[in-house]
Amino acid sequence: MYDGELGEAARQSMEILVALGRIYNAEKMIPITSAQVAGVSYKTIGDAGLEYLQDLSAKGAKTRVPAFLNPAGMDREQWREMKIPEDFAKKQIAILDAYSKMGIMKTCTCAPYFIGIRPKKGEHVAWAESSAIAFANSVLGARTNREGGPSALAAAICGVTPYYGLHMKENRVANILIDVHCGLRTIADFGALGSAVGKLAKDKYPAFRVIKKADESRLKVLGASMAATGSVPLFFIEGITPEWSVAEDAQHIEFTEADLRAARKELDTGLKPDLVTIGCPHASLEEIREVAVLVAKKKPTCEFWVCTSGKLKADADRLGYRKAIEEAGGLIVADTCMVVCPLEEMGHVVTGTNSGKAAAYLPNLCKQKVAFGDLEDILFR
Amino acid sequence: MDIRARQISRGKASGEALISQVPIGFLGGVDPKTGIVIEKGHPLEGRNVAGKVLVFPNGKGSTVGSYVMLQLAKNGKAPAAIINVAAEPIIAVGAIISKIPMVDMPEKDVFKLLKDGMKVEVDADNGKIKM
Repeated sequence: MYDGELGEAARQSMEILVALGRIYNAEKMIPITSAQVAGVSYKTIGDAGLEYLQDLSAKGAKTRVPAFLNPAGMDREQWREMKIPEDFAKKQIAILDAYSKMGIMKTCTCAPYFIGIRPKKGEHVAWAESSAIAFANSVLGARTNREGGPSALAAAICGVTPYYGLHMKENRVANILIDVHCGLRTIADFGALGSAVGKLAKDKYPAFRVIKKADESRLKVLGASMAATGSVPLFFIEGITPEWSVAEDAQHIEFTEADLRAARKELDTGLKPDLVTIGCPHASLEEIREVAVLVAKKKPTCEFWVCTSGKLKADADRLGYRKAIEEAGGLIVADTCMVVCPLEEMGHVVTGTNSGKAAAYLPNLCKQKVAFGDLEDILFR
Repeated sequence: MDIRARQISRGKASGEALISQVPIGFLGGVDPKTGIVIEKGHPLEGRNVAGKVLVFPNGKGSTVGSYVMLQLAKNGKAPAAIINVAAEPIIAVGAIISKIPMVDMPEKDVFKLLKDGMKVEVDADNGKIKM
């Protein structure tokens, strides 16, 4: 591939992987079983990214392993209901078309593990969405480095990735140990914990003790929040994650009830939101169900979205959750989320969330003030 | 004089050196239409990178910077070549997709040896910087 025998697109992609291998002192390339490609929203990659993708697809780029997309800037079907500007929609569709021509599945989700894409323990992949990286490494025990948009795309086209970093077992060792001395119940609790620990950990790998119970929706938010306030790609929870390895000289931290309260308070402006967005990363079917049950009992006092994949939106439709949510004035928004769609152009000022990741990005990327809390709080504030 | 360096992006090109002692971020830092550095307070603010051998420690900022480098190339405003002290993925990927020859890890201190406006050739294929 490096010499161009498989065409210009493969040659250029391999040149990217070889350069990255050099930068990180990788000794070889290894095959991957899937690639998750980020850099999909027109809002984030702009005309520059669109042109690159159209160039690459015109050069005949084709994927060699299953590859799928991160969220786009809008729901492909309900973008008008979301009040997305027409010109934005055109550009967004052109981006999705370019990816599709290369053979990349337009799954448009940051939580591929909720739609059946679940690499096994020890499996090598090249994923690019920071929260999906944390989930794949930590909850599934698969192995991926923190890929960027172009490097994950190059890996999808070549079917390999440079062997360094988190692909090597010896590097998968936590170097910050957190004893959690507080009750963690809601998704917002896990979001606040992740937000606080991400700031401390930066790019270190945290290991948590004394978390008794956490379902995948909570593990998702914990990892996503640490990846947003820090750049954490891997964490362990004793008794819950498939791997557990802590360095002898790991930094030791106690996380108390007071720390949790402070973390929650720090994320919340206390304002009443004009829009509540649920599903950062994309909501699981269980999260959608919980919202449907909650809003069927009492109608929220603001607009609200549940962000998820197109697949789970279809499931929610069949199970009646979509009807319950729409009757309460909400929308199930697929393919996109509050962070990568142009919220700031849509007249919103205060956005509610229960995710530490959304709380980290909404102020800068969408110029929003954040109302952070449990659903029972922010939906009815 | 030749300085040995590591190939990051293939090719060979020459031009006048344009030197920044601090990192460069292309998204929001360089205007893709003109090649002019627009980051407020950057030592190269107002200078044009087009056709220059751009010498700087490493990239910074958004990963979309790689795509901005491609836009510069399409508009004929890209640097002729790039010398980094230690390459990172944003600039490396940008140089490769834009076909800008690039090296890093020069064996000698380029900030001492190279001066703004000096004619420099980057021969990435042979891992060499020629003054």
